[in-house]
Amino acid sequence: MTSTDIKLDAKIPAGPLAEKWENYKGHVPLVSANNKRRIDVIIVGTGLAGASAAASLGELGYNVKVFTFHDSPRRAHSIAAQGGINAAKNYRNDGDSVYRLFYDTIKGGDYRAREANVHRLAEVSVNIIDQCVAQGVPFAREYGGLLDNRSFGGTLVSRTFYARGQTGQQLLIGAYQALSRQVALGTVKLYNRHEMLDVVIVDGKCRGIIARNLLTGELERHSAHAVVLCTGGYGNVFYLSTNAMLCNVTAAWRAHRRGAFFGNPCFTQIHPTCIPVSGDYQSKLTLMSESLRNDGRCWVPKDPADAKKHPNEIPEEARDYYLERRYPAFGNLVPRDIASRAAKAECDAGKGVGPTGLAVYLDFADAIKRYGRDTIAARYGNLFEMYEKITGDNPYEVPMRIYPAVHYTMGGLWVDYELMTTVPGLYAAGEANFSDHGANRLGASALMQGLADGYFVLPYTIGAYLSKEIRTGPIPTNLPEFERAEKEVADRIHRLMSIGGKESAESLHRRLGKIMWNKCGMARNAKGLQEAISEIRALREEFWKNLYVPGRADEFNPELEKAWRVADFLELGELMCIDALHRNESCGGHFREEYQTADGEALRDDENYKYVAAWEWRGEGEPPTLHKEPLIYEEVEIAQRSYK
Amino acid sequence: MKLTLKIWRQGGKYKGEFVTYQLDNVNEHMSFLEMLDVLNEQLIHQKEEPIAFEHDCREGICGTCSLVINGRPHGPLKGTTTCQLHMRMFKDGETIVIEPFRAKAFPVIRDLVVDRSAFDRIIQAGGYISVNTGQAPEANSIPIEKEVASRAFDAAACIGCGACVAACPNASAMLFTAAKVSHLALLPQGQVERKRRVLRMVAQMDKEGFGRCSNVKACEAECPKEISVSNIARMNREYLFAAVASETIA
Repeated sequence: MTSTDIKLDAKIPAGPLAEKWENYKGHVPLVSANNKRRIDVIIVGTGLAGASAAASLGELGYNVKVFTFHDSPRRAHSIAAQGGINAAKNYRNDGDSVYRLFYDTIKGGDYRAREANVHRLAEVSVNIIDQCVAQGVPFAREYGGLLDNRSFGGTLVSRTFYARGQTGQQLLIGAYQALSRQVALGTVKLYNRHEMLDVVIVDGKCRGIIARNLLTGELERHSAHAVVLCTGGYGNVFYLSTNAMLCNVTAAWRAHRRGAFFGNPCFTQIHPTCIPVSGDYQSKLTLMSESLRNDGRCWVPKDPADAKKHPNEIPEEARDYYLERRYPAFGNLVPRDIASRAAKAECDAGKGVGPTGLAVYLDFADAIKRYGRDTIAARYGNLFEMYEKITGDNPYEVPMRIYPAVHYTMGGLWVDYELMTTVPGLYAAGEANFSDHGANRLGASALMQGLADGYFVLPYTIGAYLSKEIRTGPIPTNLPEFERAEKEVADRIHRLMSIGGKESAESLHRRLGKIMWNKCGMARNAKGLQEAISEIRALREEFWKNLYVPGRADEFNPELEKAWRVADFLELGELMCIDALHRNESCGGHFREEYQTADGEALRDDENYKYVAAWEWRGEGEPPTLHKEPLIYEEVEIAQRSYK
Repeated sequence: MKLTLKIWRQGGKYKGEFVTYQLDNVNEHMSFLEMLDVLNEQLIHQKEEPIAFEHDCREGICGTCSLVINGRPHGPLKGTTTCQLHMRMFKDGETIVIEPFRAKAFPVIRDLVVDRSAFDRIIQAGGYISVNTGQAPEANSIPIEKEVASRAFDAAACIGCGACVAACPNASAMLFTAAKVSHLALLPQGQVERKRRVLRMVAQMDKEGFGRCSNVKACEAECPKEISVSNIARMNREYLFAAVASETIA
């Protein structure tokens, strides 16, 4: 099943790391303005990566079609990012540089990311801030009128630009406005309420997509010389996550089934501070900003018998401030993966609090005593308010209850340096690709990567491929490949509609989520993963026997949309477990219980696992084939992370 | 809690009518949309058509969710979207009336789902700064007073949900349009296109069939992001200035 393949060429340019991108740009073939008019590009998704790519390629003169399943391109989940966006501007004079941002990202990713990509990301980070400011993004400012910065986890410098707690919203609105301008100019055609359900491959090249018009149910064929998937991450495979309800893997998964390799699918980021699950009806989880751990202290009762008591009745000596005890150097400010695992360990030991026993306290009593209520309100007032809205508890008086939740997926479609998947002409950008974050993403780096890919990477790299397409001419959509792909989509929809079972897609999705969370979540082991694989297979079988989709296929039918997406999650879930099972080491967000140090920390195996696992689809019921892209570190010296 | 729900159904077998549903066992910690999820799960089990409603982030930021709840867009809680509203705001035994956002420019697609793409077309008419990727000057070469940036942010916080239109007796989109006009007019980057922008956006707003503003201010009261009507005053000034001072408008 394993193959060290020549097919996996990352196309990393030669030369010293810091010069690779400049050299690449100096030599990449160009497409003349004249010829760009004859070239069609399809972008799927309108989040930060998709909107910025569509706007930029439209400006360059390509014929762009952009697709979103939302009613408006402004709804994509990039909008929910709170904290900020990193850039190596060094406006603080605190020693930041492109190299340092590069280094922090590689180290934060636990040495599982590609050096050349990450260095390029750090290089273009400075251009992103310029671009966004010029668009009118209202970043936070100082009294002198210049841009403000704040610090984030995993770094020693202050390089995060922010717009209150709504940085993602403001950046996405900026990209959406740039996209809207191109729509008005006619260079980009917008297809809202359209969902991509397959890619079309002709003679080994990606030549278009099959999309479903979500209002009418009609299937449409759209052809192009290149297709770019900017369709986000797949955290919703866990059902409960901080992702928006409609986030899904369908576009990426359909591409995978058509030949695009899936990179590091098991790398998932679990964020330590989220509002815990309150009941079986729960539909999603809400993030509470990481910044709360600056002043909040995590604790659980020492005695499990106290777990059901009111927290204010548990005396100081009966509390265990477990992060401060286990990590005296970093205390409550350990990185995300460590804080998450520690909370889980306490709950597993029966000390979890709240009605479900799956929560720990985040207590501000000391901070309020020290700084006064007003200071704490000024720092976290809006977060406290949001917490109270959701839980009904007042965190000024009762400690918050928090628990880790799935937040981001580092894995995704494998792409080379040019962001092209293993299918020629098919690209993936933003969270949809596996790219730059290795096994763990640093805070404020997701926004940076989405916009880097869309504004400053893809507009250059896509020309390398399209320069060879200038003589192709328009691609007809009556080719047999289009017909076949459309028929396969129609057949699958028909199959979903005609099962006529009893269970809703939602309830089956919840059950998948439970398997994934319990056995492929914060901590994994070989036995659990093997069980998960057979449980997922059984659930998939049940899905195709017992699903019920109301309504019709030829009308607006959100239940049908959901059913299709859950069917794809049921296939992805298995691949994630296979990937987690094969990676016999712990790194970043991937924690295999068998591979830990004596004091319970992640134990990497650089000797055997310093590679990207890229999985090839072999057909339904067939085991996928593993291809390895070895990671070569020319610049960075590899070391063990420690926070004791 | 036990609830009686009167929900607007339109499309499929429903021509456009209120249908009454009983829901027992509602947990007060549920969000409003989770309560509707539970109802839909029941309907699916009874092989009935579930109620179509739109939602996505469920964190109050994407602007996808809507609903008029007991006559109020996004329900009774001030500064809160429907997705952030929880059932503890309601009483056991209460009857809740749920309708779509109603406006001529927001045609109903199905049940509680409406078409708000008119908002996208208003932005396309001029709600941007014309700067191509790569053209931007160094970010700190444009200093902006903190207070000005902060006011621009207040306007830019609009989530484009359309509650302002649903709240307005005239179904006017003035608050939405004014928020974008203000955001960009306040910033130095937005000056070059300032006149053209307001004229075009207002023209598009009128073309879409939104009503006029008669200073009811229900938009501000119901806006989940509490966008101020002072933005409308600013847009009126901008419009007057542009209309008097500009020669032509393409």
